[in-house]
Amino acid sequence: MSKNKNDVSRRKVLKGAAAGLITAGVAPTIFTKGAWAQEYRNEPKGSSVVLGFNVPQTGPYADEGADELRAYKLAVEHLNGEGDGGMLNTFSSKALKGNGILGKKVEYVTGDTQTKSDAARASARSMIEKDGAIMITGGSSSGVAVAVQALCQEAGVIFMAGLTHSNDTTGKDRKANGFRHFFNSYMTGAALAPVLKNAYGADRKAFHLTADYNWGYTTEEAVRTSTEAIGWETVGTILTPLTQTDFSSYIAQVLQSDADVLVLNHYGGNMVNSLTNAVQFGLRDRVVNGKQFEIVVPLYSRLMAKGAGENVKGIFGSTNWHWSLQDEGSKAFVKSFGTKYGFPPSQAAHTCYVQAILYADAVERAGTFNPCGVVEALEGFDFDGLGNGPTHYRAEDHQCFKDVLVVKGKENPESEFDLLEIVEVTPVDQVIYPPNHPMFGGDDVSLVGACNTGV
Amino acid sequence: MFKLEKKDAILLLIVALMLIFAPFILNPFPENSGLAQFNAGYPDLMQRFVFFGIFAIGFNILFGLTGYLSFGHAIFLGVGSYAAIWVMKLLTMNILLAIIVAIIISGLAALVIGWISLRRSGIYFSIITLAFAMMSFALAYSVLTPITGGETGLQPKVTDPRILDSALLAGDTPKANLFGLDMTATYNWQVGDWVFTFNVGYYVAAILMFLCFYLSIRIFSSPFGMMLRAIKSNQQRMNYSGLNSKPYTLAAFVISGMYAGLAGGLMVAMDTQVGPERMFWTASGEVVVMTILGGAGTLVGPFLGAGLIKYMENIISKINVGVLHDWFYWLPDWLENFVVTIIYPFVGKGWNLTLGVIFMLVVIFIPGGLVEGIRRIINWFVKRKNISASREITDSDNMQQAGEIQQAGEEAASRGKNNG
Repeated sequence: MSKNKNDVSRRKVLKGAAAGLITAGVAPTIFTKGAWAQEYRNEPKGSSVVLGFNVPQTGPYADEGADELRAYKLAVEHLNGEGDGGMLNTFSSKALKGNGILGKKVEYVTGDTQTKSDAARASARSMIEKDGAIMITGGSSSGVAVAVQALCQEAGVIFMAGLTHSNDTTGKDRKANGFRHFFNSYMTGAALAPVLKNAYGADRKAFHLTADYNWGYTTEEAVRTSTEAIGWETVGTILTPLTQTDFSSYIAQVLQSDADVLVLNHYGGNMVNSLTNAVQFGLRDRVVNGKQFEIVVPLYSRLMAKGAGENVKGIFGSTNWHWSLQDEGSKAFVKSFGTKYGFPPSQAAHTCYVQAILYADAVERAGTFNPCGVVEALEGFDFDGLGNGPTHYRAEDHQCFKDVLVVKGKENPESEFDLLEIVEVTPVDQVIYPPNHPMFGGDDVSLVGACNTGV
Repeated sequence: MFKLEKKDAILLLIVALMLIFAPFILNPFPENSGLAQFNAGYPDLMQRFVFFGIFAIGFNILFGLTGYLSFGHAIFLGVGSYAAIWVMKLLTMNILLAIIVAIIISGLAALVIGWISLRRSGIYFSIITLAFAMMSFALAYSVLTPITGGETGLQPKVTDPRILDSALLAGDTPKANLFGLDMTATYNWQVGDWVFTFNVGYYVAAILMFLCFYLSIRIFSSPFGMMLRAIKSNQQRMNYSGLNSKPYTLAAFVISGMYAGLAGGLMVAMDTQVGPERMFWTASGEVVVMTILGGAGTLVGPFLGAGLIKYMENIISKINVGVLHDWFYWLPDWLENFVVTIIYPFVGKGWNLTLGVIFMLVVIFIPGGLVEGIRRIINWFVKRKNISASREITDSDNMQQAGEIQQAGEEAASRGKNNG
């Protein structure tokens, strides 16, 4: 095996160790020196600024990711003064002039989150480290949002969350450099409960089927708490594996209970399958305790409604935004999106477009790309004209507070996009909560903490 | 040097040079040129090359030497990561302890899983490990949410106890370090239009990778490695000759599990976050592909395979339609659109397709992987040099020889005809 004479001698080991120690002593000063050349991470020096759009291009939420990317491209056009300007015209803040951000032309790079937190962090890091992105935005799941938000906090860039509905994003995992425009599980519960009480009465027995992961847990908790507050009783809950495609065995258990409402805490393909199963089992024709059996889907999206087809008719749920809203902002957005792509935008597209505009506006108002300046400009910011009515970016947890839409599957859709109708707009006062609410980490969680500039 | 054969020592030296000069090798294009798209010399990707290099080198000790194909190796990557992050949350942000604990815990996990699954060999072994992989993912994703953080994973928080560290200053966030040396510290060296990035985390990982590679060489050339090879070539015969092969396979399984644990621990050390997707069964499949692509059973192959896949995943996947149009803007419009339409399915989100094609080509034409490809190219050059050098002298001999061969061939053919 070995026929070598150069065995490691004690002398060599000592020499090596000494050299190693010297390097270790010198290294920190060498390595930190470069970082001080910039005032903050990825400070844009040229005539352009790079934004990073990190969306799922492959995997289960690829459809939503594609729609998010369309919205971002539209936002970049509008920021650079191309196209019809979209919601920039209706936005209450007039800081943006259509000449880029702070006079710098907006450029962008894209990454694929694959709806995996590792992949999402890898693509975000590559955009920050290689392409010099000053802000990362996008994503279509809470796991990814929480992971990328923490990364951006460490790296010292701003993160504008895309579609993420879990309480944790602005709850126990909140970060100073991260912001969420989308609503959350708590708001869904709070908004749905009164509508459900009006529609189905206060004396109901609910059964929950819940996707077995964080978002499922928080949504179930939120809906259960708020429906129990209006007098409903929860008679059973089952956690269903995320990879499940056939829900009939769970539906059978619902049939055996004396529940008269089924709550499906499912999202995406899960919801399409579980709802289809439930309807096939004739749940909607059932009469229990002398009452018509009902199904509720807490978080709706148009893409899900499309997947479930006929089955969504008359089923209640909540959504962040819908293209059929008639305020000026929504109309302007639907018009410019429709002109460019030929169909109306989804709620994911809307929240991403708004986040990009809000970031640009905050930079413009702060007069700097410095993340700490941006954080200051966004905290406590009140705005209007972006499709959700008057909205407030709360300083304590970086969550947007706005009215929540309660929707229902439309009975007579006029087109393949016209699947949901707005039942009620729950005013913001009903869905607000204190930042130290138990569902959001309680008192153990510090406030967002200090912003990080990455240097 | 270091008790190595000359050939192995050269290989070790090459790997060392590659690791040291990676910031230069991976950033060959000037910053503002169009080709900068292909630069891979930024900290995240350089670190990833190393993590997955270690992971694949370790996997190769099991698969390359014993031939046992495990479809569950990402379990140990995940276990190592979770162990490391818990050390960072509870004890200290110093990565040394986190990495050591990661290796130990994943070694224990490998011992248990290996002990069970090594009761069978061949396809049954693979299926059992695959079952473990799916089970572990399900556990991490939902059942064990209190320990693993479920879908959203785990990160160090300001409020964690961290009993070995001194208290954080107000407004400070916990940072992974090695005795105070920040893993994210980076120095950019600008030379003309080129920018070379030197990152502390990368070099720490590279040193460990070097040690891992050295250890792997030693294992390959040891009597233990010989036993493992014997298991691959004929386990039954070994058993009949009275040798119990199980301790050897189990040892190989545990060692490769510890390599994976080290890789997982390092991933956390350089990027302090864990998500359950890290142990999804496709991640286990990926390391199999890396090893086969690079060359199973070769020393440096798995490292090359890991590098190629991570390069594709991070660089090729970022080429979108806009970039393609930028490249081909000089073509007439109709031709530009045509070319972009042809290429687009293979880049951007279609990077998997390109990888699949490369994988098929490698498996069909150079089954020994990239290493065999490189060897063939070297041989071809060497042969050509030899031929041109010896051509003048042996020209006449060749003629004679060729004549003889032809004659022999004809004879054989006629014999064949007669027999038929």
